[in-house]
Amino acid sequence: MMARRLALFAAGLALVAATFSWAGPRAAFLVAIGLGFGLVLEGLRFGFAGPWRRIVTERDARGLVAQLLAIGATAAIALPLLAAAPGELAGAHAPVGVGMILGAFIFGMAMQVVLGCGSGTLVNAGSGNLVGLVALVGFIAGSFAGTLHLGFWTGLGTLPVITFQGMLGDHGGLVLTLAALGLVGYAAIRHAAPGKRLPPLRLWVAAGLIAALAVLNLIVAGQPWGIVYGLGLWGAKIAEIGVADLAATAYWTSPANAERLSASILTDTTSLTNIGLIVGAFLAMRWRRLPDAPPAALTLPSWAFVLIAGLVLGYTARMAFGCNVGAFFSGISTGSLHGWVWFAAAFGGSLLGLRLRGLVLVPLATTTARGAA
Amino acid sequence: MNAQGSPTRPLVGFAALLLVLGIVALDALQAEPVDPFAVPPPVALGSGQAPSGAHCSGG
Repeated sequence: MMARRLALFAAGLALVAATFSWAGPRAAFLVAIGLGFGLVLEGLRFGFAGPWRRIVTERDARGLVAQLLAIGATAAIALPLLAAAPGELAGAHAPVGVGMILGAFIFGMAMQVVLGCGSGTLVNAGSGNLVGLVALVGFIAGSFAGTLHLGFWTGLGTLPVITFQGMLGDHGGLVLTLAALGLVGYAAIRHAAPGKRLPPLRLWVAAGLIAALAVLNLIVAGQPWGIVYGLGLWGAKIAEIGVADLAATAYWTSPANAERLSASILTDTTSLTNIGLIVGAFLAMRWRRLPDAPPAALTLPSWAFVLIAGLVLGYTARMAFGCNVGAFFSGISTGSLHGWVWFAAAFGGSLLGLRLRGLVLVPLATTTARGAA
Repeated sequence: MNAQGSPTRPLVGFAALLLVLGIVALDALQAEPVDPFAVPPPVALGSGQAPSGAHCSGG
């Protein structure tokens, strides 16, 4: 056991060292931060989709309150940093629009079907959940496909970018963000059943570590933690190897995206943290004395639904200017109104997704039993 | 495989790592190699450089 854990530790260090030698110190820092995200999310069981399900089905607010704590702690440091260094750091600021709201709603629905959001899909895949791995393949394809149609969705009607600090000033924006987080947390705690209101120590620690890593991400990368951009880039690079001519697309010819497309993946911020996150989740899973049991085998149509749900997750995350990380976590913690609208729309979609999950994911054992009966 | 016919978690996790490795390897064959003398400063804060703008929230 000790030998295996030493080997896992050495593997993590080797990944960071290899990235350093290949792409320089910033890339190595970002892979290390991604490793940290993966270790915390998988090792301390900090998630997004599961707590949204439990607040509805079990009146359990502990996971959701931990999310709000992590976002609030990040905002308390990130917003002053953004104000102090506007030329070097940027928030996750995006416009609210018809396509954005629709995308967030459908994303929330799909994330309950596969029980994995943006970060959750990466964690699930890395920690050996086959549903997560199949969904990840769909997510990559979907987030690339979403880049091809983003102009259409934003053309349906989009407000200007609105931030709390833009409305109320730097200090007022932070106060409003923390007050709104507190209000949602209070409502969740009031709704929760006794004994399921405040997070256990494990989730307090996880929330603190996630906030620390998110702030480090902002300081090192100059932009907040994100997921979906990197996956869309991976899809674009795979498509280019095939037959796609991305020189004719509006999204991939914009200067920032064209530069990322021609450069190595190891120069892209979100790709680096995504790689670290998947590897970190794998290391956390292997660190345990006994890995968790794998999820139940599904029927063939259910696997097809998982792939489609992954595709939908990726596509709608692109429509919505981010997933639970890029829009919900990083949008809210850097003062963007679109983060709050994403939260409301995705939570509404999540309620519908909870009803759909049992209908589309059918364990193989259930159908076998039905056949035998 | 376990008794229920599902692949074990270590096996699936390893497959996820292979997927990532495959993407990085394919990219290395076609993308411009990283110039070690043109990499960005270790930390954006204090670098004097604007962020790349390649983020989920960007259009």
